[in-house]
Amino acid sequence: MIKITKPGLLTSVQDLGRYGYQKFGVIASGVMDQTAHRIANLLVGNDENAATLELTLLGPDMEFEKDALISICGGDLSPKIDGNSVKLWRPVFVRAGSKLKFGGCKTGCRAYLAVAGGYTVNDVMESKSTYVRAGIGGFNGRALLADDVLEIGKSSELSQQIASLLADQSEEEKFAQVTWSIASEFMTLSESKPKARVIKGRQYDWFTKESQIKFFSEPFEITSKSDRMGYRLKGSKLELENEQEMLSEAVTFGTVQVPSEGNPIILLADRQTTGGYPKIGQIASVDHSLMAQLKPGDKVSFVEITHEEAQKLYLHREDQIQQLKQGIALKIKQQSK
Amino acid sequence: MDFTLEPLGDTAVIIELGTDINLDTHQKVKTVSKALDENLYDWMIEYVPGFTTVSVFYDPMKINSEKLPYENVAKQLISLLKNLNAGEDTEARVVTIPVCYGGEFGPDLEEVAEHNGLTPEEVIEIHSNGDYLVYMIGFAPGFPYIGGMSEKIAAPRRKDPRLKIPAGSVGIAGKQTGVYPIETPGGWQLIGKTPRALFLPNGESPSLLKAGDKIKFEPITIEEFQNWEENEND
Repeated sequence: MIKITKPGLLTSVQDLGRYGYQKFGVIASGVMDQTAHRIANLLVGNDENAATLELTLLGPDMEFEKDALISICGGDLSPKIDGNSVKLWRPVFVRAGSKLKFGGCKTGCRAYLAVAGGYTVNDVMESKSTYVRAGIGGFNGRALLADDVLEIGKSSELSQQIASLLADQSEEEKFAQVTWSIASEFMTLSESKPKARVIKGRQYDWFTKESQIKFFSEPFEITSKSDRMGYRLKGSKLELENEQEMLSEAVTFGTVQVPSEGNPIILLADRQTTGGYPKIGQIASVDHSLMAQLKPGDKVSFVEITHEEAQKLYLHREDQIQQLKQGIALKIKQQSK
Repeated sequence: MDFTLEPLGDTAVIIELGTDINLDTHQKVKTVSKALDENLYDWMIEYVPGFTTVSVFYDPMKINSEKLPYENVAKQLISLLKNLNAGEDTEARVVTIPVCYGGEFGPDLEEVAEHNGLTPEEVIEIHSNGDYLVYMIGFAPGFPYIGGMSEKIAAPRRKDPRLKIPAGSVGIAGKQTGVYPIETPGGWQLIGKTPRALFLPNGESPSLLKAGDKIKFEPITIEEFQNWEENEND
């Protein structure tokens, strides 16, 4: 069991999302940074879709009432256990009674806290993701508050191996972490000048030549009116060649749509299922994690790639994650000997 | 059936079946949705009907092919779609939505009446006798995009949108009518409220309505509203 003592800015239970119900207007929800979430789960021996906690900018404080195996991936929100820094991107064994606190946000925007066994909240429409507006999923359909107590599920055999390995090392210590971490190519942390790869959107040709050029050459700033639903951007105004009425149709994570006032909006995890604004672009899946780790005030540029390239990058990334999964299991097996 | 395919990012494809909102295109959307229900491709995650489109979301890792995932998905969809005929209009389901018009549930009923030179009773009469069709569900869970409202009761959106519109509110915005399944902010003119839940998160289907349904709005009194129980009117 984990007891939340301070909730942080926005801490919610999420998995990879709620699918199959978008035709009924039920949004997909789920984590913003899928890569960090999946890796956090893999590092503690969980299934990739197990629920994690998504922490935003200011993380929560919590107490572990039992021993636990955790990992923290994604943005660096300065995690500390009883005053000692905890490293990201690796399994960490935490003794019962330890207190985990997060400080300021050093890099990125969102961190994922996985625990071996996962958080056991009820499935709603086959997902554990929190959908705050409808008040369903996750922990009582809402973000976490102080005094909430999260139950932990049964851990896998791999989880138990990792935990016992680290428990042996920790002895008297409050916690123990492995000395290795995953390859840095998975760590989608904010670069100084982030560039997102984008495929042209379905209504790209509706925009003026000038707007098309600006979209792919000038940086756009993430404004404070940005959340899990979408980022509102500020930059050059993007204009249509002719006013055209669009009919609502499906949108997805990373869709860049432009309302008539000309400032683009990037749709994210809590996007509505359908949208009626012209789509100038679509961020390739491989860069969704990059977007998830941007925060208000950050600037992003868009680089055009083809649909074919986006697909190849997608497949390549999945191959890498599969290799990582095998690599973690192998590492544990070697160390357990 | 005529259609075009276009990618939506690297994990979805949009099937376009027309360019305007009309019954023929709607019938095609229904036919394609039904065909997708019957052909459960293992790579298909879900599909989302729009006014003139059906978008199919897929898992690129579940497509075994030398080619890129999209090519394979497109090929399979083309072979499904080219043999479909939108001719047969399957019997639409009629869903009754009881509405308590006016009063505290419909604070804008008088304004809508005044705007159209009608009495509130006439607005209720016209609204509850319309022939309504659900074109699609979107915007909010269970929220129907409804076609078929009489222009005689059309009214512009409010200049000062409300921060909270209670779930169940029935409203008018321009030439559209709709029902809010969950509490949201919004600028619709509110003419009444239904006791019937449109969003059923624990139901077999989370939405009372689905694309293709017909709707009948049935006026009820405040007493009937208060005593209304789920499953009573079905």
